[in-house]
Amino acid sequence: MHFDLPTIWAFIIGFGLMMYVILDGFDLGIGLLFPFIKDKRERDIMVNSVAPVWDGNETWLVLGGAGLLAAFPMAYSVILSALYGPILLMLFGLILRGVAFEFRFKATESHRPVWDKLFFVGSLMATFSQGVAVGAVILGFQVENGEFAGGGLDWLSLFSLFTGFSLLFAYGLLGVTWLVIKTEHGLQKKMRVLIKPLTLLLATCMFIISIYTPMVNESVRDLWFNLSNIVYLAPLPILTAAFAFLLMGAAHSKDECRAFMCAVCMLFLGYLGLCVSLWPNIIPPGITIYQAAAPASSLRFTLVGVVLIVPVILIYTFWSYRVFRGKVVDTDGYH
Amino acid sequence: MIDLSAVDLARIQFAFTVSFHIIFPAITIGLASYLAVLEGLWLYTRKPVYITLCRFWMKIFAVNFAMGVVSGIVMAYQFGTNWSQFSNFAGAITGPLLSYEVMTAFFLEAGFLGVMLFGWKKVGERLHFASTILVAIGTLISMTWILASNSWMQTPQGYDIVDGRVVPLDWFEIIFNPSFPYRLVHMGLAAFLATALLVGASGAWHLLKGSHINVAKKMLSMAMWMLLISAPLQVLVGDLHGLNTLEHQPIKVAAMEAHWHEAKPGEGVPLVLFAWPDMEKEQNDFSIEIPNLASLILTHSMDGSIPPLTSVAPQDRPNVPVVFFSFRIMVALGMLMIVLALAALILRKTGKLYEKRWFLNFCIAMGPSGLIAMLAGWFVTEAGRQPWVVYGLQRTVDAGSPNSVTAMSLSLLAFVVVYVCVFGVGVRYMLALIAKGPAEDYSLEDDEHLNKRPARPLSAADGVEI
Repeated sequence: MHFDLPTIWAFIIGFGLMMYVILDGFDLGIGLLFPFIKDKRERDIMVNSVAPVWDGNETWLVLGGAGLLAAFPMAYSVILSALYGPILLMLFGLILRGVAFEFRFKATESHRPVWDKLFFVGSLMATFSQGVAVGAVILGFQVENGEFAGGGLDWLSLFSLFTGFSLLFAYGLLGVTWLVIKTEHGLQKKMRVLIKPLTLLLATCMFIISIYTPMVNESVRDLWFNLSNIVYLAPLPILTAAFAFLLMGAAHSKDECRAFMCAVCMLFLGYLGLCVSLWPNIIPPGITIYQAAAPASSLRFTLVGVVLIVPVILIYTFWSYRVFRGKVVDTDGYH
Repeated sequence: MIDLSAVDLARIQFAFTVSFHIIFPAITIGLASYLAVLEGLWLYTRKPVYITLCRFWMKIFAVNFAMGVVSGIVMAYQFGTNWSQFSNFAGAITGPLLSYEVMTAFFLEAGFLGVMLFGWKKVGERLHFASTILVAIGTLISMTWILASNSWMQTPQGYDIVDGRVVPLDWFEIIFNPSFPYRLVHMGLAAFLATALLVGASGAWHLLKGSHINVAKKMLSMAMWMLLISAPLQVLVGDLHGLNTLEHQPIKVAAMEAHWHEAKPGEGVPLVLFAWPDMEKEQNDFSIEIPNLASLILTHSMDGSIPPLTSVAPQDRPNVPVVFFSFRIMVALGMLMIVLALAALILRKTGKLYEKRWFLNFCIAMGPSGLIAMLAGWFVTEAGRQPWVVYGLQRTVDAGSPNSVTAMSLSLLAFVVVYVCVFGVGVRYMLALIAKGPAEDYSLEDDEHLNKRPARPLSAADGVEI
């Protein structure tokens, strides 16, 4: 039986990044919401709702990086050198955000506001730079002889800044809907109120990105505005819009999980649309997954691990979420 | 003004970020196993001292772990941002090894860390203990993969080169490359030693201050037993590692010994105790030597010869002073550790382990020595394999990314500022937590952090004065 290894690997990395976006998305979203919540006790609850899981969530990003290096070393080396600025900003953001989780509980009272600020700033830097990176990848990079041949600021454009801002709303929305599940009373009410405006903002951003991308990218235009494809592809934007409406409707629903699930579906569909647009390129505009793939012996060796281990990871990750299910009541059980 | 190229700056950046990083995983590896032992002892004996120590070191572990994670993510991305030609060349081998590390170790640690830290009252005792053990196993698996990768870069085998890129042929050969077993055991022991010295120093500090006497005694006693076993073992393993290096990377050993010229027949190679190696003149200044001793140690014969530095061209030699002095720092600290362990043994026999002030001060002074020795050892092996990034296959100068000197200078500056501020404060928090000591008469049942009762403001009790 023949396996198309590069395609399988593109799906694996796509899955890993999707897991990252959803899971670390709500962690980072909680950091982004800090300026809206001033109460110290409420802030503790927010942080505690993700304290046992944030590290595992972030591990999907490391898997994405390591998987890309293993399966598409050329894409890893080109994209990461091309995105030098945003990656650096993201790393510093993740450092500040990550240590703030621990430090804000261990610090003296006088240090605490500083770590709270850095928790927000770190989340903001990480989210914004990830969004910028997405925009820059959509626009593509200049590659010669398998190496990045552009300039150090090629990632910077109005579009990439726009995608940076868009991701703030996406992660913010995930954070808000996650907190609807994990909190109660006043804090939950505040979160519910935020759902509608954030959904509208995010939907508008996604709409603008969907219009702009085919305008600047010829292959995307050919893909989407082609009569034979439109039947298959039309469900993507339609369903995305449907989930946006469902999400707004779920803002005050008794079913506390519904809003989060709607937000996840909405983002998933947007992500899927993006993947479909870029396929089969891994470095737009011209390098495909086949050109960037590692030797078959590497792809096969790592695939064995993925098939055997990732299901186990999913099982115990699910278990650890179950252990900490339910509302976070004040600060019990933490720190 | 020193004229640095982009690759030079990338090297400084790598050395800086990886040196900072490795400190945290080393403590993570050591403390995770220590915590598993403490929790196991508590479940077995039900003596309060063990659970007190376990909860105490777990807090420090949490802070340390967070710093390890975030400084580690930097490493995973730095291969691409700063070393794209290396990633493109060798990613087909280092990438899968790194992926396995993430899948088998990072997820395991992260998945059970939450339960270990916050799940005391949410899962049963056995399940909690299992989580602690799984976190500890995760740290050891992580070390195994990363050392397999590093060792392959030092002693590559099981590959072919096609179109100027590495293609893996035999994964068993790749993972179990010649230097891997030695490097793995050497690093594992280094992590345990560094942690034991840290725990021992903490115990000694509290004993000197007269606070938390019972737990402090237990800490010091356990640490000194660990040191007594590990320190001599480390010398043995280090010696075997050295012999392995002599076989596969002889020029590294020549740099460690500052051995410039072929010995005359029958003369043997002296052991240079101290010298100032001069790379221009290819000789040592101010050297103090013991005749024939290097021959004896490295070849187990009085007049055995080892390849000298001048057997390769100057551009194929590592920076001799860096390797030479780092090696001496590591060995000297290792010897001091053995002295400390023996002193502890003698005092223990005479029943004065917890009383002699000079000894307690010695313990405190040696607190950071495990970490310093470990860093020195990594400097020996990493500086010593230069000018190669993948030994014999790719030179470091050919491994970089097409970044400008400006970009590299700015990012290096940013890393220095952020690391020194963030991790500097983190280390201060850790030290302050250690200085504060464990709770008196601790019991899980009375720990209101863990109970369902409405909690009081957290930080007031948890915060530390610094």
